[in-house]
Amino acid sequence: MDGLINGLYGIPVAGLLFQLLGYLVAVLPIVAPIMLRVACPLTLAALCGVVCERSGVVNIGIEGTMLVAAFVGWVVGVALLPVLPATPSPFFGVTPVLLIAFVAALGSAMLVSLLHAWLSISVRADQIISGTIVNIAAFGVTGYLNELISKSSPTSAGAFSAFVPPAALVNLPLVGWLFNMFLNQGPITMSVLVIVVVLQILLFRSRWGLRTRAVGEHPQAAETVGIDVIRVRYRNVVLAGLLAGLGGAALSMELTNSFQEGMTAGRGFIGLAAMIIGRWTPLGAFGAALLFASSVAVSQSITFAPPAGELGRLLGAIPGQFWDALPYVVTIIVVAGLIGRSIPPAADGRPYEREATS
Amino acid sequence: MTIETASPPAPALEMRGITKRYPGVVANDHIDLEVRPGEIHALLGENGAGKTTLMNILYGLARPDEGEILLDGRPVTITGPSDAIARGISMVHQHFMLVPVLSVAENILLGEETMANPVFLDRREARRRILELGRRFHFEIEPDARVSTLSVGWQQRVEILKALYRQARILVLDEPTAVLTPQETEEIFAVLRRLAAEGHSIVFISHKLYEVLEIADRITVIRRGRVVGSRIPSETNEDDLAELMVGREVQLTVDRGASHPAEVALRIEGLRVADDRGSEVVRGIDLDVRAGEILGIAGVAGNGQDELVEALIGLRRPAAGRITLAGHDVTGHSPRQLNEAGVAFVPADRHRFGLVLPFDVSDNLVLTSYYRSPFARGILRNDAAIETAAKETVAAFDIRTPSVHAQMSTLSGGNQQKVVVGREFGRDLRLLVLDQPTRGLDVGSIEFIHRRTIAKRDAGTAVLLVSAELDEILELSDRIAVMYRGEIVAVVDGPTADKNAIGLLMATGGRAAAGVEQVPA
Repeated sequence: MDGLINGLYGIPVAGLLFQLLGYLVAVLPIVAPIMLRVACPLTLAALCGVVCERSGVVNIGIEGTMLVAAFVGWVVGVALLPVLPATPSPFFGVTPVLLIAFVAALGSAMLVSLLHAWLSISVRADQIISGTIVNIAAFGVTGYLNELISKSSPTSAGAFSAFVPPAALVNLPLVGWLFNMFLNQGPITMSVLVIVVVLQILLFRSRWGLRTRAVGEHPQAAETVGIDVIRVRYRNVVLAGLLAGLGGAALSMELTNSFQEGMTAGRGFIGLAAMIIGRWTPLGAFGAALLFASSVAVSQSITFAPPAGELGRLLGAIPGQFWDALPYVVTIIVVAGLIGRSIPPAADGRPYEREATS
Repeated sequence: MTIETASPPAPALEMRGITKRYPGVVANDHIDLEVRPGEIHALLGENGAGKTTLMNILYGLARPDEGEILLDGRPVTITGPSDAIARGISMVHQHFMLVPVLSVAENILLGEETMANPVFLDRREARRRILELGRRFHFEIEPDARVSTLSVGWQQRVEILKALYRQARILVLDEPTAVLTPQETEEIFAVLRRLAAEGHSIVFISHKLYEVLEIADRITVIRRGRVVGSRIPSETNEDDLAELMVGREVQLTVDRGASHPAEVALRIEGLRVADDRGSEVVRGIDLDVRAGEILGIAGVAGNGQDELVEALIGLRRPAAGRITLAGHDVTGHSPRQLNEAGVAFVPADRHRFGLVLPFDVSDNLVLTSYYRSPFARGILRNDAAIETAAKETVAAFDIRTPSVHAQMSTLSGGNQQKVVVGREFGRDLRLLVLDQPTRGLDVGSIEFIHRRTIAKRDAGTAVLLVSAELDEILELSDRIAVMYRGEIVAVVDGPTADKNAIGLLMATGGRAAAGVEQVPA
């Protein structure tokens, strides 16, 4: 009896799944560039986490760091707008204003990271609390200053524009959409893939990577072979700030062209989730970020180009919040160890104290 | 105080008048040490005698208040580990300084990387050099193996390779045999002799007398921060060295007398236990321990002993099997239930399991009984009763503490362990589980704990002693069970046991062992 009922239900369900698959394949070329764009700040946040935590410093202040970078990039831009020429060059729409603002955004993120480094490495404060301080302070300060400034300033200082790949490349059969995905992007998004690959190689093949991993796993061992644990950690956290800064800049200077209060909207935390799912490797983190981004991209696609018929009505009935929540659900499943365990560096989050000379 | 010989070669290392003061103590008091090229020089002393401080000074981890260090006759100032390494000094720490998740090659390269260019490591060249060094000293090792997959003996060789890769001329080994089987110890000794023959100078830190006599060319003994004597192995013996080291005559082996085993107190049947990752590490153990006997469990660390002990004291639920205590099934009972049934436990890591370091001595003494009368009245503590009982235990177990309210962490290791022993031994017991009860203690404290253990046995308690230190097992056990990969591979009579045969059983599980008489469990 049960089997019969299942069989009866099975036919339309299988049919719907086929339709869904067909729909996804059909919209892939359109969705793919969106996916990479959404994944860009997530990936940079995750890489910031990888570089920090591989050296043994937990950084949950990525969210705040990105927010500061996004704000500073925008505010420096609008402040310079009256004094510097703002004619976009054909090269990614770069203007002198944007360039200076971009550098300021990165610098501010590195400064925020330096604060976190000082609190968690030198002061040996609880790293979770230090990261939380960064988040709360960033949210409050940028929100307040935004309130003050935005009334009397232009709303936008412009943004980096996307490269337009030659039509011949994009129209290639089968692989054309891939070129579109990676080349029809702004400079920051485009650079993400390069950064991921470079970091992956450096982490496992270079002296910096070896020392970073050793310091994150067994700092005493590193110290006994003459490595300055404190210095390695400072350097990594500040370098990680640069990555978070890139992610923040992408938000206010590339993906949009202005700043909104709290515009990071949890991306720093999703980035941390991507880092965990990616097992603290750059490539893995990138893959996880793409996975998360796909849920956003699919939900957008369903809103703007819903599939026809029964499937369209069904998907339309799924509330948007479901797609928003999906990355977190996946993260919980992974962290709970249901899809193979993800093991953090052994000394992650533990302040290092030089051998007490007693 | 060094020994003058007819034509001494120039010392490779000389430490002169090294003094280091810490608040309240003089850790090193004008210590002189001289190590010649190609010499194995043993530094003998109890824990806290100042050996480690002296070596930290040599390695640049601490600065001396007075004194000087000379390398090849030239005075030097060593500013830190990297400076020491650059000058050809390497140290093999007691707790290995290896990163478990990295490969052998990565561990060896770390800090002294062979580079293909300014950014990338030259892994091929590193591999070649590691293999070549291994061949030269007769221990070939796969450079790409993960360190966490290696046995302790091989990890030690990686540490030595690390030193050789840095072209160390002076090699300091801090208690290198503490975790090795007798066979592994022999192998490491062979490596050290070969190194010395090639002209390396070796400082061998130990408190094991017979080892020092076997391996050293010269022995310097320090006590309470001072050099109290120098010896040549051929002109001394264990008793002489022990007296020098402790400052009084010591009984090296406790007179344990004959045991009088009575009824079975603990019966383990078909016990299977899984570790934290879910893999079965205790694989079907059957064992009886009788009242009034000490059963020693010998085995290389990591063969399931930890999980066995945790199952016995209620910290870990067995996957299968039965544990009975004096005829009652206690499988899966909680630690408190077991405690009340007369089970006591002395853990290997007293800082993690036995003590609450920020608490004071009296609180630590009632950790297993604070909730009962007279220490509790309803939901309140009875401080007066706790203090009185604490004072009694402190006196009975000779715990050296300024007061029963001194914070636990301010006591020395030996006295901390006496607090654990005082709490666990100070009542009537059915079963006493000892997990490496003397790890890291000095000779005096070891003697004390061994005596108390024997006394407990003679009072009719069943004692289960787990230790990776074979010497301790041999010294105390009436029967010895050898544990290998989660199984008991042999049970032998204690007093007549042959050390090498047991060592072989520990290392191989007895597949190749001959000449061990099996005594029924």
